[in-house]
Amino acid sequence: MAELLFWPALLAYGEAAVAYLGEARRPGLPGRLATWGVRIGWLAQTALLVVQAARADGFPWATWAGSLNLFVWLVVTAYLIWGCQPRFRLLGLAVLPLVAVLLALAHAGGGTGADEPVRYSSAFLVLHVGLVLAAFAGFTLAAALSALYLWQERRLKRRETSILRVRAPALARLDELAARTTAVALPALTFGIVVGILRLRDRGGGFDAVMAVTFLAWAVYGGYLGLRLLGGLRGRRAAYLLLAGFLLVAVVRFALPVSHFA
Amino acid sequence: MSTLVLVGISHHNAPVELRERAALDRVRASELARRLAGDAGEAVCLSTCNRTELYLADESAEEAVRKAEAALLALEAELGPALYRLRDEAAALHLFRVAAGLDSMVPGEGEILGQVRTAYEAGSTGRVLDRLFRDALRAGRKARTETAIGESPASVSSAAAALAEQVFGDLAGRRVLLIGAGKVGELALRNLASRGAEVAFVANRSVDRAEELAERFGGAALPLDRVVEELERADVVLSSTSAPGWIVERATVERALPARRGRPLFLIDLAVPRDLDPSIHELEGCYLYDIDDLQAVVAETLAGRRREAERAEAIVAAEADRFRDWQAALDVVPAIASLRARAEEIRAAELRRAKLTDSERRAAESVTTAVLNKLLHLPTIRMKEAAAAADGVIYADAVRHLFGLEDEH
Repeated sequence: MAELLFWPALLAYGEAAVAYLGEARRPGLPGRLATWGVRIGWLAQTALLVVQAARADGFPWATWAGSLNLFVWLVVTAYLIWGCQPRFRLLGLAVLPLVAVLLALAHAGGGTGADEPVRYSSAFLVLHVGLVLAAFAGFTLAAALSALYLWQERRLKRRETSILRVRAPALARLDELAARTTAVALPALTFGIVVGILRLRDRGGGFDAVMAVTFLAWAVYGGYLGLRLLGGLRGRRAAYLLLAGFLLVAVVRFALPVSHFA
Repeated sequence: MSTLVLVGISHHNAPVELRERAALDRVRASELARRLAGDAGEAVCLSTCNRTELYLADESAEEAVRKAEAALLALEAELGPALYRLRDEAAALHLFRVAAGLDSMVPGEGEILGQVRTAYEAGSTGRVLDRLFRDALRAGRKARTETAIGESPASVSSAAAALAEQVFGDLAGRRVLLIGAGKVGELALRNLASRGAEVAFVANRSVDRAEELAERFGGAALPLDRVVEELERADVVLSSTSAPGWIVERATVERALPARRGRPLFLIDLAVPRDLDPSIHELEGCYLYDIDDLQAVVAETLAGRRREAERAEAIVAAEADRFRDWQAALDVVPAIASLRARAEEIRAAELRRAKLTDSERRAAESVTTAVLNKLLHLPTIRMKEAAAAADGVIYADAVRHLFGLEDEH
C-alpha cells in the first residue's frame, strides 16, 4: 500500500520539477501542470504518511529516512500555502527538484515503508522531531526564497531584457516572505531544542557536533532576525545570510544518521 | 436570412487626420446604430481612436453596405478610398481579431476589449449581432487568458512602471520623486501613479511648472538643489530633464543609503543626455534603468507579444469557425422548426383520436415523444452539418418539399 502511494508522490513531484523548468522558459501551461503536480504529489504523500501512522504502533518517523519523508511533506505543505500562486511559480524551480531528490533518498533509506516495526516512540520524540523538522522545513523555504531573490536581483542588475517576460516575484516581497518564514521557523526550532535539552538532562547523554551545528544555525537565524529588526538588514546580504543558515541546516540534516539516529 | 456586413476605417489605411473626423462618442455611436438598424435591422458602431466600424445585420447585404457607407461618408466625405467592406465570415473574423487586440497598433493591448463591450451595449442588436458580439468578447477574453499576449508592457513608460513592480511588488504607497517637469516624465509618472504609487515631490529648475505638476498628482514641489534630502525617503526616482550633465551623482546616493536602512531604490533615467550617474546601478539595493535599457525591455516584450499573437490567432480562428457554423445553421433552423412542429402536430392529433385511460395516455405520450425525438435527431444534426458545408438551403428545401412544409414557410 505504502509503495503504491510513494511512486505517485515521487512521480508527481518529479513532473512538477520538470514543468517548473518549462515554466521558466515559456510561462503558461507548464506552470499550471507543475501546480497540479505539486498538489497531486502532496495528496499522495499525505495518504502515505496516514498509512504509515495507521500501521505503526508509535511514531513512525523516528528513523533518519522516516524523518526525511516527514520533512519533505512539511516543506511541500509550507510551499503550498502560497507557492502555487502564479507569481511564485518560479519558487518551485528551487523547491521541487530538492523535494523529489529528498523523497527518493527517504525511500532508498526505507523511510517510506509501513512494514517495519517502530523501535521506540514517546511524546518527547514527537515534539522534538516534529518541531525541529517543521523549523527546518521553514528554513528550507526561506532559503529557496533567498535563492530566488538573488536570481531576480541578478537579472535586475544585469538589466536582462527578458525580465518582464519571465516574471519572478518582486524583490521586496521575496525579502519580506523569507523574513516572515524565518520568524515562524525560529521559535519552532527554539522549542524543539529546549525539549531536546530537557530530555538530555533527564536521560543523560553528551553534547555532540550535530547539536553544536544546530546551535550555530539557531544563532545565524536569530542574528538574521535581530539585525533585520535593529539594523535594517535587507536585500542581498540578508539573502546570503539565510543561505548560510540553510547550509548549516543541511549539514545537521545529513549528519543526523551518525548521531541522533545512529 | 440576415447577412452580416462590416464597413469601416482603421489605422491600417486611414491617417489620424481622417480617423479623428469619423470618431464618435458613445452617445453619437448609439444614435447612429439605432438609425442604421431602423425597424427590423441590427447595427453596432465601434468607434475608438484607431477605428470607426459599422456592423450591420440585414436581409439585403447590398442595402446594408450602402447604408453604412452613406453614414460614414456623412461624417467625412474624404473617407471613401479608406473604407473597407467585409461580409459574413470575414466580418466576424475581423471583429474577433479586433476584440483580441490582434488588429491593434500594439498587439494584445487591453483597452479594445472594453471598447467592443461598450459598442455592443450601445448598439441596436438582434439575434445575429447579439451572438456575434458575445462570441467576440469571449474570443477576446480567451485569447488574453490562454496566451500571454497582453501581459507585457508596450511602451517605455509602462515598462518603467512594470520594472518598478519587479522591485517593490505592489506600488501602492511607494514614494516617487520626479526630477524635471517635462512631458516625458509626466507620462511615466502617470503610469506609476495609475498603479498606486504616491507622487511625493516634483523637482524642477522652474518651481512654477513643478508646482503645477505636483498639484495635479497630489505631491509637493521642490527646487532641484533639495533632491538630495528626498533621496533618503523616495522609493522610485524618475528623472527627465534637459540638463547637460548629471543631476544626481553616485556619491550623493551613497550618502543617502545608510538612512534608507536597506530599502531598495529604483531609478529611471529618461533623459538624453542622462541625468543620473550610471555607476549608481553598482550600489547595493540600487537599480538604475536608462532609456536604452527600457527600450531593450520593450523590444523584447513586443517580440514576445508577436509570438503570442500567433497562438491567439488560432484561438480566434476557432471561435470564428464556431460563429460561422451557428450563422450557417440559421438557414436550416426554420425548416427544422417546421418539421418538428408538423411531427408534433401529427403526434398530438393521433393521440387525441385514440381511446385511452389516463395512465395509458401518459405512457403513450412518453413513448411517442421519445420516438419522435429519436427519429428527428439525426435529420436535425445532418441538416446543421449540411448548413455548415454550405448545402443547408438545398437540404432545407428538400425537407420542406418531402414533408409538405411549403405552405408554412
